[in-house]
Amino acid sequence: MVETKDKIGAVEAPGWKPYILGIFCNWCSYAGADGAGTARMQRPAVLRIIRVMCSGRVEPEFVFRGLKNGADGVLVSTCHPGDCHYVTGNYKTFRKAPLISKFLEQMGINPKRFRLTNVSASEGAELTEIIEDFVEELHEIGPSPFKNKKE
Amino acid sequence: MVNSDEEPRIGVYICDCGVNIAGVLDNDELREYAATLPNVVKSERYKFMCSEIGQKLIQEDIENGEINRVVVAACSPRMHENTFRKATREAGLNEFLFEQANIREHDSWVHMRQQDDAQSIAQDIVRMAVAKASKLEPLEVMKVEVKPSALVIGAGIAGINVAKDLGDQGFDVTLVEKTPTIGGHMAQLDKTFPTMDCSACIITPEMVEVGNHPNINILNYAEVTKVDGFVGNFKVEITKKPHYVDQEACTGCGGCSDVCPVITGNEFDEGMKERKAIYLPFPQAVPNKFTIDMDHCIKCELCKDECEPDAINFDDKPKKIEKEFGTIIVTTGYKAFDPSDYTPYGFGRFPNVITGLQMERELSSFGPTVGKPVRPSDGKAPHSIAFFQCVGSRSFQPGMNNYCSRVCCMYAMKQARQYKEKHPEAEIYILYMDIRAFGKGYEEFYEIAAREYGINFIRGRAAEVFENPENNNIIIRAEDTLLKRPIELEVDMVVLSVGLEAQEDATVISRLLNVSQTADGFFMEAHPKLRPIDTLSDGIFVAGVAQGPKDIPDTVAQAKGAASGAASLMAQGEVEIEPYFSVINNALCSSCLSCVDLCPYTAISYDKLANLVTINKALCKGCGTCTAACPCNAITQNHFKVSQIMAMIDTAIPTR
Repeated sequence: MVETKDKIGAVEAPGWKPYILGIFCNWCSYAGADGAGTARMQRPAVLRIIRVMCSGRVEPEFVFRGLKNGADGVLVSTCHPGDCHYVTGNYKTFRKAPLISKFLEQMGINPKRFRLTNVSASEGAELTEIIEDFVEELHEIGPSPFKNKKE
Repeated sequence: MVNSDEEPRIGVYICDCGVNIAGVLDNDELREYAATLPNVVKSERYKFMCSEIGQKLIQEDIENGEINRVVVAACSPRMHENTFRKATREAGLNEFLFEQANIREHDSWVHMRQQDDAQSIAQDIVRMAVAKASKLEPLEVMKVEVKPSALVIGAGIAGINVAKDLGDQGFDVTLVEKTPTIGGHMAQLDKTFPTMDCSACIITPEMVEVGNHPNINILNYAEVTKVDGFVGNFKVEITKKPHYVDQEACTGCGGCSDVCPVITGNEFDEGMKERKAIYLPFPQAVPNKFTIDMDHCIKCELCKDECEPDAINFDDKPKKIEKEFGTIIVTTGYKAFDPSDYTPYGFGRFPNVITGLQMERELSSFGPTVGKPVRPSDGKAPHSIAFFQCVGSRSFQPGMNNYCSRVCCMYAMKQARQYKEKHPEAEIYILYMDIRAFGKGYEEFYEIAAREYGINFIRGRAAEVFENPENNNIIIRAEDTLLKRPIELEVDMVVLSVGLEAQEDATVISRLLNVSQTADGFFMEAHPKLRPIDTLSDGIFVAGVAQGPKDIPDTVAQAKGAASGAASLMAQGEVEIEPYFSVINNALCSSCLSCVDLCPYTAISYDKLANLVTINKALCKGCGTCTAACPCNAITQNHFKVSQIMAMIDTAIPTR
């Protein structure tokens, strides 16, 4: 895939921390995030989580609106394949994800700002690693071009 | 009740959770911040919102008419959503006008050393919750019937206790067991620590009682193959494997087994004793009926000629049984760690290296050596035995488990003491990392083992073993970490204290029931402290080692807890379900039918004549996949409407 850089650039201010909006399914990923909390796994303070019952509920517009509002990254987290509480909801999300990335690319937004991950209810440590990794990548990409451009 | 067109008046309640939240966040600042948010008319802070006083704060404000929506910024909604919903409802406000902001698990606990950033995240989380609360709508709770029948999967000591407790209370219980007999691992044991009472004497009467119980239906040699439905109404398909022996006609006389020419290893005796292809796992098996093992049967049909009641049926086929259950209890137990792949300990290569379970069978009076343990190489009673602890447990080597199996220290000491009682002159060594004697009476048991029985405890994990080719003795190399020097020992026999692992088919059960597993493969409880026997799927409980390694007393305690959890659901007769189902607005629907194919529960149907798509509330489980997919926005999901989620996304980024 050709690297798509954001069309409208923004400069990273000193001490800048990325803003990540998470949309997590209730049964696996939200529970996994709770587990990370219960185990006091420290992670960069970047993530705010919206709870949906199933990742199948995630509309592409949620991701676009989050990025348009100025989030530096949007993280959609689902159950592992085969683990979905609603049998196949996460598969529907897996199929939506490439379209979301493609759309972002066409709109001139770095598709790396959108991530899809699988975090099970017992994977607090994995979630912490995913966040650390995403933060590192967002530092490479830089702040959202929409930051402070919200009407 | 609140009118949905009434202007929202939100009360925000910030919980300190002792120091859990207030130790990281500045809750006064957060309270002041919340007061500035749109539609917020009240902003309070209290030490423990979940306490009675905390709940009263909310209820008074509702009753005074000050607020008509509630936001509590505290722990995870998975922890206390029900608590606050109940409080809201009791004060006369629809419980779905409550929203919880998770500033503990998702903020104060994971950003303990980043207080400034944690504070701004808490503001974001509260602002988003307030935005959602403004858009909330009252909903009616759905109630569904709970059938007074329970399915218990696995008939070891845990399953037997669950079945007995529920059967005694008058519920219809089906006990499914995949092997031909109930009893599980406990039936294999000779004695139990620390009281040294005879395992068979405790469990066999329970097996018989369950076998004869009027409310318990045992489906042995059967497996659960399909599970549909939800709490109160699980539709389950159970496949009974063919016994090739008519279980009604078989009298259990054993004539067939006497004439059977095929000899193979008996699983019940851990392969230490033979059994025939037509067999009873052990004499006290329940039900006491024979089964043909078709993997070994040569179809000579000698048994058919011998069988007086003419029970042998070589054309037996698997049978599928379908039944509905109100609750399901998973008590599938464990698999002992298989040390074959761990080559340094020589299991499988050297005959005189055996596992703890094999030793247990040797010690058993109805085991292969009728209670007089011998060395497999020459059939002589060993003079010296070394027990290796933590085999397969507490190790980060590949193929091993990181956790402590919790029973091995105790069973090794028990076996050592039992052998010493029979052979006081014997030399016994236990090579351990540290002795974990945690239960009631366990430490005393350890003290006596060391002091009165003269068992030698060597602190250090065994490194590797060799065989003395002359006499098949085992030469052990280890390090005594107390003496800080390497040691070499020659013993007659080595017993590997193997740990406990999740059953091989735990993943299958997990998928069938939609029950999560922890990283080590055991089933995950809903909350490690407060809901240790509930799973995240309502109406499904877990007890015994299936949930994590534990000894018999803990297993029985959990089994009784699971039985009580299931009974309270069934006794109520109905259960409340969150009304998160999807609703379709036919005026907007273009009948593209995308939703019909997406629904995993076939809850959406299309009437071609009327050109009408309908969603069946009873079948819909509220995932919202159809809502996300609908190109006309004709479908909305209750409590997760586009307007509600978008309100959160639109307020997520601070404008400052």
